[in-house]
Amino acid sequence: MSERLTAKDFASAQEVRWCPGCGDYAILKAVTTALADVGAKPESTVFVSGIGCASRFPYYLETYGFHTIHGRAPAIATGLKLANPDLDVWVVTGDGDGLSIGGNHLVHTLRRNVGLKILLFNNEIYGLTKGQYSPTSRIGTVSPSSPAGSLDAPLSPGQLALGAGAKFFARAIDTDKAGLGHVLRQAHAFDGTSFTEIFQNCIVYNEDVFADFTDRKDAADTQLHLQHGEPMLFGEDKSKGIQFNPQTFALEVVDASESPGDILVHDEGNGLLARLLIDLELPVALGVIYRQPAEPYERTFYAHHPSGMKRTKRVADFIKGPNSWKVT
Amino acid sequence: MGSQFAVSTALAGRDFATFPDYPAEIRAPAGTTFGVSAYQINLGGEPITTAGDAPNVLVAFNPAALKVSLPMLQPGALIILNNDSFTPRSLTKAGYDQDPRNGNALDQFQVVTADIGHLNLEAVKAFGLSKSEGGRCKNFWALGLLLWMFDRSLEPVETWIRRRLAGTPTLCDANVAALHAGHAFGETAELSAALPQIKTDAASLAPGEYRSVTGAEALALGIAAAGELADRPVLFCSYPITPSSPLLHRLTRLQELGVGTFQAEDEIAAICAAIGAAYGGMIGVTSSSGPGIALKTEAMGLAVSAELPLLIVNWQRGGPSTGLPTKTEQSDLYQAVYGRNADTPLPVLAASSSGECFDMAVEGVRIALRHMTPVILLVDGYLSNASEPWLLPSVDSLAPIDSHAAPDAASGPGAQMLASQRDPASLGRPWITPGMPGLVHRTGGLEKDYATGHISYDPDNHQRMTEFRQAKVDAAASFIPDQALELGAGKGDIVVVGWGSTYGPIYQAARRTGASFVHLRHINPLPPNLGDLLSHFDKVLVPEMNNGQLATLLRDKLCIKPVSFCKVSGQPFRISELVDRIEAERRGDAA
Repeated sequence: MSERLTAKDFASAQEVRWCPGCGDYAILKAVTTALADVGAKPESTVFVSGIGCASRFPYYLETYGFHTIHGRAPAIATGLKLANPDLDVWVVTGDGDGLSIGGNHLVHTLRRNVGLKILLFNNEIYGLTKGQYSPTSRIGTVSPSSPAGSLDAPLSPGQLALGAGAKFFARAIDTDKAGLGHVLRQAHAFDGTSFTEIFQNCIVYNEDVFADFTDRKDAADTQLHLQHGEPMLFGEDKSKGIQFNPQTFALEVVDASESPGDILVHDEGNGLLARLLIDLELPVALGVIYRQPAEPYERTFYAHHPSGMKRTKRVADFIKGPNSWKVT
Repeated sequence: MGSQFAVSTALAGRDFATFPDYPAEIRAPAGTTFGVSAYQINLGGEPITTAGDAPNVLVAFNPAALKVSLPMLQPGALIILNNDSFTPRSLTKAGYDQDPRNGNALDQFQVVTADIGHLNLEAVKAFGLSKSEGGRCKNFWALGLLLWMFDRSLEPVETWIRRRLAGTPTLCDANVAALHAGHAFGETAELSAALPQIKTDAASLAPGEYRSVTGAEALALGIAAAGELADRPVLFCSYPITPSSPLLHRLTRLQELGVGTFQAEDEIAAICAAIGAAYGGMIGVTSSSGPGIALKTEAMGLAVSAELPLLIVNWQRGGPSTGLPTKTEQSDLYQAVYGRNADTPLPVLAASSSGECFDMAVEGVRIALRHMTPVILLVDGYLSNASEPWLLPSVDSLAPIDSHAAPDAASGPGAQMLASQRDPASLGRPWITPGMPGLVHRTGGLEKDYATGHISYDPDNHQRMTEFRQAKVDAAASFIPDQALELGAGKGDIVVVGWGSTYGPIYQAARRTGASFVHLRHINPLPPNLGDLLSHFDKVLVPEMNNGQLATLLRDKLCIKPVSFCKVSGQPFRISELVDRIEAERRGDAA
């Protein structure tokens, strides 16, 4: 057994070129740390990305990396995973790359449950093209392409994913070292498509867009860190809890001391609960929201292939067809 | 006469119709005789007892008709089956132990199935006919379908029905409705006529073992053969589109040759998954038709930039836009050679016949792996389903395909640079794939430094990389065979230059007129001796099924002034029109 690699070993020699203060730096640090934590091997780890600020990610990692074209990383990663299912394949994308131009590939990758670890850096804005509103921007977002405020309703990455049949959905905040680290390790361990939304702060074009729940001083009251099998408690001294209201069919915040028996216990396998948690506005649900193990696509693909992609016959065995004749 | 005879036969509810006057010269395969070949259509509701010459098309309204007629059919014949007559009872009655549609008894034929009985009754329901009167209209339903598939006008048949049944207006309208319904079914289902096989003169074929093969079958086998020759698995990724889908269907039957198929969510995903497979060390192949190829364009640029091998098959159909999905054309040559953003050259090949799809698939993968580049293979769309006699190739006699084994990690100057160390002759880089220890590196669509492979915006480096990418495609020319003459003398007044499926008619026209004939398989780069070869002729005539695209390429690359003969009717050239044109060019009075 070789010496265990550290986070530093997963950082490439390339100079990192994101804007100073960009949330991507924290994510990069969390990813290299997670790779070291899970004992990843650089030669069997691949980061595939599309286009956008987030998509520069592979250059900064000492693993195999493929910086591809806008929105198509999931499709390229699918081909790669089919070619070599033993690889750890990560896809790094953003809200524009993954949900707008590449939305189709994301949806189909999720429904197939290809063994890819997809990290969606959501900053609700197009950064690389200088700040236009994105498919996750809230209505009224003022940007160079929407000076009077954007008109489009935003889509919810979590609802989209679950609607597409995702088997793993998690959320974390870029600068939340512990929370992000935990989610990355879980995402890595999942056998199938793990889809992780990371709230990423774009310091230049959309600063503090998530401040209402990422601000550290209020974090206890604005963040709900989910743990499977644990009651949904938050706030100072865990004084608040989440309860299901059968009248409104919605989740609501209650005083945890009043009826502790009614506080919901997190069940990662419950899709209905996951959908309610995704829509919870304050506190914002973080951690592994949904996890429902299912056979990954590449394994089904090889299992259904009569020779497991091996060459067990020769072209000569097929070339004649059912009906050949000889000319002399 | 023939069509009226067929019409009258069908109308009379007889079981058998001869339909003798389809043109014989369409899409004639090489090395075959032409002329008097007649096609027959047997419309059989009852067992057919009258034997004709081997028919090319069989419409079987029930299993018994199929059983009796099957032995008479030529391999590759088109069979249209009335699905709703294939009941357990009628199968037993016909003596079938199992449904022939499920086994391999029909493998050598091209089978189209439709619920003809049911669809016909729906079409004539409004006319309130008796069950037997309504049912009999199905002959015209089937005829309507055939008229669509063979691109015949409905009008003469409709006129004939109206005249013949003038006394019974309801019956008349019902039969016309059935005719139109069958036609509409063909159009909606985008069924195109598989090419009726031309009778071949055994004496004109070289000795050896033959089979009947469609372009899709030959191309599928060629892709698998390339995998065998390169000793790599193949991942074929595509999105369904007419007329490319038969290749996907064929490849699903060749899995034990180390072939996998992936039906992607769209055209872009299809090429991207193939690129991902190539990045992972498999032979990546994608296939489509013009509109789908257009969608794949950006990804081709990525494969060029990342120096990854890939085979892209384009089954050309009529355009622009959705155009004529079932009609053949050769109008994607510009798209293949010139149709990408920036300076993004890649090799382009073209297959001349169904059987040659095998050879060009092997050649395409060979070039892709040798030079580490995507390669486009152009095939005229109708070849997908067109059959021809095919001399079985021996894969063992073909040279293995070298696939640029990755360098030893310890020997080089660092992994990132090793990934850019190119072979001096082919300019292909090593095929380093994720999973290889010690060779970890990054690649992508941003411009890379020529030597280190790191991102580079350096002006001189971009100049060098642009020139390198062109030099790589140019380098392919030194590996391909010299262009040979198909026919005729090495100098003279006129040479006809063709490409793709026009081979058959040009060959015959050149033979009849004594003109010399050159047929191109390598479109980009062109064979290096081509300019010299053509320089010995006074006139270069380029017939093609587009608006002059190869002629433009020859003007561009060889600085010659070819004469274009363009046909874009969705129909192939007739030998006679080529003969007329060659003779007119010789006389100097071509229109």
